[in-house]
Amino acid sequence: MKTYVNPVYPYTRPAELDRPGVRRPVIIVGAGPVGLAAAIDLGQRGVPVLVVDDDHTVSVGSRAICYAKRALEILDRLGCGQQVVDKGIGWNVGKVFFKDELVYGFDLLPEPGHRRPAFVNLQQYWFEQYLVERAQALPNVELRWDNRVVGVSPGPDKVDVTVATGDGHYTIACDWLIAADGSRSAVRRLLGVEWEGQVFHDRFLIADIHMTSDFPTERWFWFDPPFHPNQSTLLHRQADDVWRIDFQLGWDADPEEEKKPERILPRLRAMLGESADFEIEWASVYTFACRRMQHFRHGRVLFAGDAAHVVSPFGARGANSGIQDADNLVWKLDLVLGGRAPEALLDTYDFERTRAADENILNSTRATDFITPKSNVSRMFRDAVLALAKDHPFARKLVNSGRLSVPAVLHDSPLNTRDHDADFASGPGAMMPGAPAADAPVTGPAGEWLLDYVGGGFVLLAFDAAIANRHVAVLAAADIPCRIIEVSGAESAGPTRIDDIKGLAARRYDARPGTVYLLRPDQHVCARWRTFDLAGVRAAIARATCNI
Amino acid sequence: MATLITESNHPAPDDFYERLIATHRGLSDAESALVNAKLILLLANHIGDAEVLAQAMSAAREGIGGSKVAGAV
Repeated sequence: MKTYVNPVYPYTRPAELDRPGVRRPVIIVGAGPVGLAAAIDLGQRGVPVLVVDDDHTVSVGSRAICYAKRALEILDRLGCGQQVVDKGIGWNVGKVFFKDELVYGFDLLPEPGHRRPAFVNLQQYWFEQYLVERAQALPNVELRWDNRVVGVSPGPDKVDVTVATGDGHYTIACDWLIAADGSRSAVRRLLGVEWEGQVFHDRFLIADIHMTSDFPTERWFWFDPPFHPNQSTLLHRQADDVWRIDFQLGWDADPEEEKKPERILPRLRAMLGESADFEIEWASVYTFACRRMQHFRHGRVLFAGDAAHVVSPFGARGANSGIQDADNLVWKLDLVLGGRAPEALLDTYDFERTRAADENILNSTRATDFITPKSNVSRMFRDAVLALAKDHPFARKLVNSGRLSVPAVLHDSPLNTRDHDADFASGPGAMMPGAPAADAPVTGPAGEWLLDYVGGGFVLLAFDAAIANRHVAVLAAADIPCRIIEVSGAESAGPTRIDDIKGLAARRYDARPGTVYLLRPDQHVCARWRTFDLAGVRAAIARATCNI
Repeated sequence: MATLITESNHPAPDDFYERLIATHRGLSDAESALVNAKLILLLANHIGDAEVLAQAMSAAREGIGGSKVAGAV
């Protein structure tokens, strides 16, 4: 590749090869986006963490490319969101073509007043490199390269992990093992756990090309284009003038043949024109599946990301959901490790994230059925939708080239406290218990966005609620502390105060003077009230941590 | 809950039927199948009621192909 050279992270001989090592609180298998996000989050919380990876570099070639707003907000909390946004390519507009005609366009441009855009495109290797650099900067995160897990022995109170290196094997124990080792998870295989789902009978060619072009920064999707008849094509712009093109090939395509430049170049020439000036950076042929493990928690082994669930790529629901897995898991694991919550809290990771995986699988499966119809009649309806879409607006809603990743709303989580006040807004986009916190521009001591002030621990967002200093002190000093952020309230010596400068926070949270929201450490709403009540807040924190 | 109308709802049933057949005149089987698919999509959007549509799909499938409609979600 011309635009990127994979770093080589050095292997160092693990001390455990020579003498027994100490038991670790957490070992993470896999230094991909999900394992690294979990490691950084644990490290930031002061939990020592060991990450083992069977390679010595970041992702090779073209893999994940689209990072959604929610994943970027999580990265902000982990200290690397800005790098990803600065390097990546933001986009909001998508266009769908049928044959040679534009049939449908969409604009994901969120309403103003959010720090992060709907999507940023960035090659996975850059993304991982920033996470590695962040992890390396944390003193309690240890990354071990070329350390391959070959044995996992789960016990009632620990997990023994056997690791192979070039210098031999060693065994190390941990309290908890996070398996973030991808769709071919060694940990899953070693535990003999099956997963179920659907493999799609189709093949896609990925071509990353380096091209200087004034082509718009938009997601373009073609059904049956003249340059690639009977198949679909997807075009995305990435960083460094690298463009990603996915060509649908059909099930009968020969993956080895299709990867050869003499096969790829005519396809690209037909698409981009004879005069286009480009170089191929990367090419591979992939198939895909939608499936998940029945449970993401197996005793002391916790599965996250592609190791636990995989989806077809249309909708950018792979890496984005894996990062939400890490976000959901780590604060719970931290509380359990600290003895401040029972292990049952980790079952809620399974509960919440298997539901999120089901939502992603449902959306990805539907998109795949539209893009890759499995029968003649399915194809017929697909083409009928596309034929109608140009002139009949209703049909555009049926065109499915991927329903793009949106954050999971944990509606039915047992960690939520149900609304007592009936007059709160509900429905899509409302800050109901389970929803991820909406952002808004603010002014205050620690940043210009609302999300700068929430997350990490429990936070009570208090809209002009004038909470007494003694209550602030009680919540701050609790076993599971809760910070109070006063939004647009009167000056006081107690809580941190921020100003809702455009009134957007109050609008997005359907807030009146006195309204308070309890937010979990992963920034999801878990309770809300029209008036502050100390006992109610404490009970909601107890509920959200399985301490009742 | 709305219910699928199965009594005659056409002011002029024979006119409708003639027009339906005429719509397909001169078309190959493949072209007719596409017209039918577009027609279903147009009518389904006009009806809009998921419950009524589900009842219509079940009624259309009744007695054909043995198994019940799979994955009715």
